[in-house]
Amino acid sequence: MNGAAPIPDRLLERAPQMLRDALTGFLPEPWRWLVNAVIAMVLILAVFGLLFAALTLAERKILGRVQNRPGPNRTGPFGLLQPIADGIKTLTKEDIVPRDADHLLHFLAPVILLASAILAFAVIPYGRRLVAVDMDASILYFFAVGATTELAIFMAGWSSHNKYSLLAAMRALAQLISYELPLLLSWLPVVMLSGTLSATGVVAAQGSWKAGWFPAWNVFTPWGFAGFVIFMVAALAESNRSPFDLPEAESELIAGHLTEYSGCKYVLFFMAEYFGMTALSGMAVTLFLGGWQAPLPSLEFIPSYVWFAVKLIALLLGFIWIRATFPRLRIDQLTRFAWKFLVPLALVNLGTAAFWSLSAAWPGPLQLVRLAVAVLLVAGPFVLLGRRLSAGLAPRTYAYAP
Amino acid sequence: MLGTGLLKGLAVTARNLVGSFHDDARYTTVEYPEVKAALPEAFRNFPFLVSENADDPMGTLRCVACQICEKECPPQCIYIEKSKDKKPDANGKLQIYPAVFAIDTSVCMNCQICVEVCPFDAIKMDHVFEIATGDRFLELLLNREQLAKPNSYFHSIRPNEAAEVDARLAADRKAAEEKAKAAALAKAAAKPAPPAGAPGAPKPPGEPKPPTA
Repeated sequence: MNGAAPIPDRLLERAPQMLRDALTGFLPEPWRWLVNAVIAMVLILAVFGLLFAALTLAERKILGRVQNRPGPNRTGPFGLLQPIADGIKTLTKEDIVPRDADHLLHFLAPVILLASAILAFAVIPYGRRLVAVDMDASILYFFAVGATTELAIFMAGWSSHNKYSLLAAMRALAQLISYELPLLLSWLPVVMLSGTLSATGVVAAQGSWKAGWFPAWNVFTPWGFAGFVIFMVAALAESNRSPFDLPEAESELIAGHLTEYSGCKYVLFFMAEYFGMTALSGMAVTLFLGGWQAPLPSLEFIPSYVWFAVKLIALLLGFIWIRATFPRLRIDQLTRFAWKFLVPLALVNLGTAAFWSLSAAWPGPLQLVRLAVAVLLVAGPFVLLGRRLSAGLAPRTYAYAP
Repeated sequence: MLGTGLLKGLAVTARNLVGSFHDDARYTTVEYPEVKAALPEAFRNFPFLVSENADDPMGTLRCVACQICEKECPPQCIYIEKSKDKKPDANGKLQIYPAVFAIDTSVCMNCQICVEVCPFDAIKMDHVFEIATGDRFLELLLNREQLAKPNSYFHSIRPNEAAEVDARLAADRKAAEEKAKAAALAKAAAKPAPPAGAPGAPKPPGEPKPPTA
């Protein structure tokens, strides 16, 4: 895929490709392409399906530990069979559809949600040679597909014929569209500076070493760091994760758009949430954390897909950590945070990236000035906007009633 | 600055996550069916009948079927039938005993009034709480065989209260013995006179275990 790889191709690096070619090499050309595509699909579904199962367990275990309790520990050793037990339980549950629901939309909503979440996996480069579909505009495709989830959630809320579902769907629209903007603006600088919309191209652009050992990942530049943070906050909101889980706010809206779903369809929603979270984390790794690149030149003997997995899992654990820590925002706080804080910051970040790009050729000592100016461009708006955002709100003081 | 509070919060949860693996103070969950939290001594749930001897619980019940607890019980969950005959109690003295002593634990509200009013320290509050059954009528109606538990059990659940009760009973016993001795001496001194003050058997309810030899 990425032809100009300067690193020696080791056996483990080539192993997935060789295995596939050994399986399908004898087929004539159009059939070979088709079978290869099917193998890629099955692999993605299997790997991320298992990751989903492991993630639900890890999440419950970690949340438990944070809350001074052991988490699930009744099924199998250390509760390792919990995902299987959950699966059996939910699959055998009755699937209840409300009488007044729009049956077709009610059925389609989880399907479309899950489909759009899975489609996003197609363009992420999992390794040097591991990408299912290598498109020219794969980043654009990724976020276009990701925007479909909004439609699916509104379908779920509307078709359920339930006031909580509808309220949640409206909230979800407000939230997801609000956060779509900072999400898109946060990765624009990456595309600007890499000069490509292809995910493999972006990874390749981060493949060099500064001073022979420091990785040229985007996150290690001032604009890249700001972009990464904005991206992750927006990704939290886009995947409906706590503290931005307003669409399914249990304490306010029963279960939001999930209220009228049960059994298998309910699981599909959860699967889509975790798939969406995983896909967005994978894209964050690709855009900002150097994709499958090793963090040090001396560590390049470890296969690229292992590095991708390590970074992906680290980000996913970060999602869980955040869920374990923060309480849910109010809807007005949520949208205000997006429009008054993240969007301006992301816009300023475009300018920072432009400055960083134009000043790349500054000679010797001026590089320090360049760094200082860029850091100031990132930190200054953050402090100023943050002060305005929390003006009159914090620190809170409490007084007893007289 | 915006965000410092968030970082502090993240640090708190991270400390708790790591601490739960090595710090008992951060991992306080007791896994109930296997491990049981130690109950405080004053915990009370359902009364039981104290018997002096674990080998013969029915023969050595402290209860003499005076029925005070039955009359005092606010939800009226105690049912007692006096025996027609008398049996020697733990001290060898002939006493009426409860032929039937039943407590309906589905009615009992654990108010401890039966314990407060018992002049014989015969009924005490238990520490049991796992009494779920499949039959809410018969199996929650405990008879005297199920209610009787030895004094050693009482010591094991409430060491302080049991020691205090034992000391009081022993002191009362000793005082009664001395009184009986004095009475016997007085009787011996006034031998020729007709037997005047000898109604030893009927005892006031406030006075525990009458003297025995």
